[in-house]
Amino acid sequence: MNALLPLGTIKVKAQGVNVHYGDKHALQSVDLDIRAGEVMALIGPSGCGKSTFLRCINRMNDLVDGARVTGSLTLDGEDIYDRAIDVVQLRARVGMVFQKPNPFPKSIYDNVAYGPRIHGLARDQAELDEIVMTSLEKAGLLAEVKDRLAESGTGLSGGQQQRLCIARAIAVSPEVILMDEPCSALDPIATAKVEELIDELHENFTIVIVTHSMQQAARVSQRTAFFHLGKLIEVGDTEQIFTNPQQPLTQGYITGRFG
Amino acid sequence: MQTFTLAAMLLLLSSLAFRLGRGRALAVVGGEPRGLHSLPGYYGWWVALWCGLPAFAVLLSWLVLEPSVVRALVVSGLPAEMQALGPDRIDVLVNEVRNAALGHATTNPALAAAAEHYLRLSRIGFASVAVISVALALAGTALARARIEPALRARPRVERVVKVFLVASSTVAVFTTIGIVLSLLFEALRFFNMVSITDFLFGLSWSPQMSIRSDQTGSSGAFGMVPLFTGTMLISLISMVVALPLGLFSAVYMAEYAAPRFRAVAKPALEILAGIPTVVYGFFAVITVAPLIRGAGEALGLTVAAESALAAGFVLGITLIPLISSLSDDVITAVPQSLREGALGLGATRSETVRLVILPAALPGIVGGVLLAVSRAIGETMIVVMAAGLSAKLTFNPLEAVTTVTVQIVTLLVGDTEFDSPKTLAAFALGLMLFAITLGLNVVALHIVQKYREKYD
Repeated sequence: MNALLPLGTIKVKAQGVNVHYGDKHALQSVDLDIRAGEVMALIGPSGCGKSTFLRCINRMNDLVDGARVTGSLTLDGEDIYDRAIDVVQLRARVGMVFQKPNPFPKSIYDNVAYGPRIHGLARDQAELDEIVMTSLEKAGLLAEVKDRLAESGTGLSGGQQQRLCIARAIAVSPEVILMDEPCSALDPIATAKVEELIDELHENFTIVIVTHSMQQAARVSQRTAFFHLGKLIEVGDTEQIFTNPQQPLTQGYITGRFG
Repeated sequence: MQTFTLAAMLLLLSSLAFRLGRGRALAVVGGEPRGLHSLPGYYGWWVALWCGLPAFAVLLSWLVLEPSVVRALVVSGLPAEMQALGPDRIDVLVNEVRNAALGHATTNPALAAAAEHYLRLSRIGFASVAVISVALALAGTALARARIEPALRARPRVERVVKVFLVASSTVAVFTTIGIVLSLLFEALRFFNMVSITDFLFGLSWSPQMSIRSDQTGSSGAFGMVPLFTGTMLISLISMVVALPLGLFSAVYMAEYAAPRFRAVAKPALEILAGIPTVVYGFFAVITVAPLIRGAGEALGLTVAAESALAAGFVLGITLIPLISSLSDDVITAVPQSLREGALGLGATRSETVRLVILPAALPGIVGGVLLAVSRAIGETMIVVMAAGLSAKLTFNPLEAVTTVTVQIVTLLVGDTEFDSPKTLAAFALGLMLFAITLGLNVVALHIVQKYREKYD
């Protein structure tokens, strides 16, 4: 299935992953490798299973009643769905940014400090401050909020909220960051900022991003996977997918003939 | 019964008027509804309202006025020496006349004649009302039907009547509240004419015995409400200590942990608790809980009163669990799923999510629910009447018997009472204070809920 030979180390490896929601077969036998340090874009029409696949990687599907995942998914060779895996530790290693900005109704500082606190990442207050500041800095938000860290995170603008959520995710120092249409609720300027941020972040993190915008996929990702009706149709270098797709379905989707 | 028949007849006429109006509207435009300003049904309603409203208005005003009108006529028909009696005696006479009219024999020929008179008056009155209302219904129908034309704006008119009806319904509740408050207020003011308001508010002893004759002992009652309020507060506090954790924890479990199938069974079961009459809880307190606490206390070498504040407060707390749990459950479920996912996605455990994200987000709603529960606890009567005792002792010891404001109101008002002694009027003053406190709590609760509610887009 995967035509290209892996260049970097494989971070996440999916083999024959199936997801059922009750009777619905949402994801059918997906094989996909995600390499360390790359931005992988998942594209496809609504309901094609790209978000479902994304949510398998940090087991957010566990929260959905009636969801069943079969097949093999590994993170650095460890089975994500192994019983011995502590889902809390898994999610600390695989962070997530959601479609709608969802800052907690707490101060900006507490939002970012939330993860480090529950995982005991800071030994003292100074270290916690350090983590919060670096994370805000990395998320490109520090300059805008440094004078009002005590104000509520819900009072920020939509784009700032989303970058706050990204800061919150990177404060835990995850290895992989999953982004589920992170810009769909943002205006073009905020979107540009988040995209810029993604570009900077992939030096330190492996990023998997679900997006409906093909321009966005083309701008931020190194590789792109195209899903359709629960199946992985094609995966390859972003440039190749957009200029020379191998599958007629992919061709149809990126040229806007359907979807 | 007659009234009921008449009302049914008017309703029947109105429904006929509806069909008549709709048919007429269609006929006017030759069976083409698009030629009408409003849907044909609105013309039907419009005619039906013209038929029903005036007729029912007449009927209703007769029902309201009949007793006083007939009474005045009967009294004026009584012999002069009877009319010369005081108003109290005349009341008694009128009652006797009514009884005689209902078929109970009377020995007084004057009253028997008056009863005849009474019956005749009612009959004439009702007959004329029936004739007038039916005539009005028919006239209204005819008039409205004649005015139907395609340009008639029937819909706005009907909508206006609907609005007036809705406004009237809601004002009934408001005016009832105002009426209750005013009646409490006036009786309480009479009480404060006899007992000074500072003695009432700050007095430390409560013994509302008034002697009938001034030479009896204990002729001066003491009306200090402080012991009663400390009793109320003590019992409310105990009940909240019981209800708050149990209710909140069960709500958290129901909303965050329980599988849907368990929730489907457990939630109604919890709500059954709310459906048990409080008098049954009272039995439970007196027969089961109080002896249990007493036994446990004695085993530890403590003296526990048979009717301890602890027993009453404990059982009262149990009755409040469903209230707190279902209100908290609602606000917890209202916390958006995205916050839950955000926390879990960071690797938080379920309990960390609940403790650090869900509960803070739901806190205003929970505080509001708790304040509502407190005001319920303060106003609760039956359980404390049965389980809390009557001795107005100023104490904070939960093992002693205390009494509450509501218990005292009940004891002051049961049995033979005269409505001009401070003993009885004190009940109204207590009621007023109770009302003021629970009203204040409710206002604060609503305010908190509205002000601090997180606005999730």
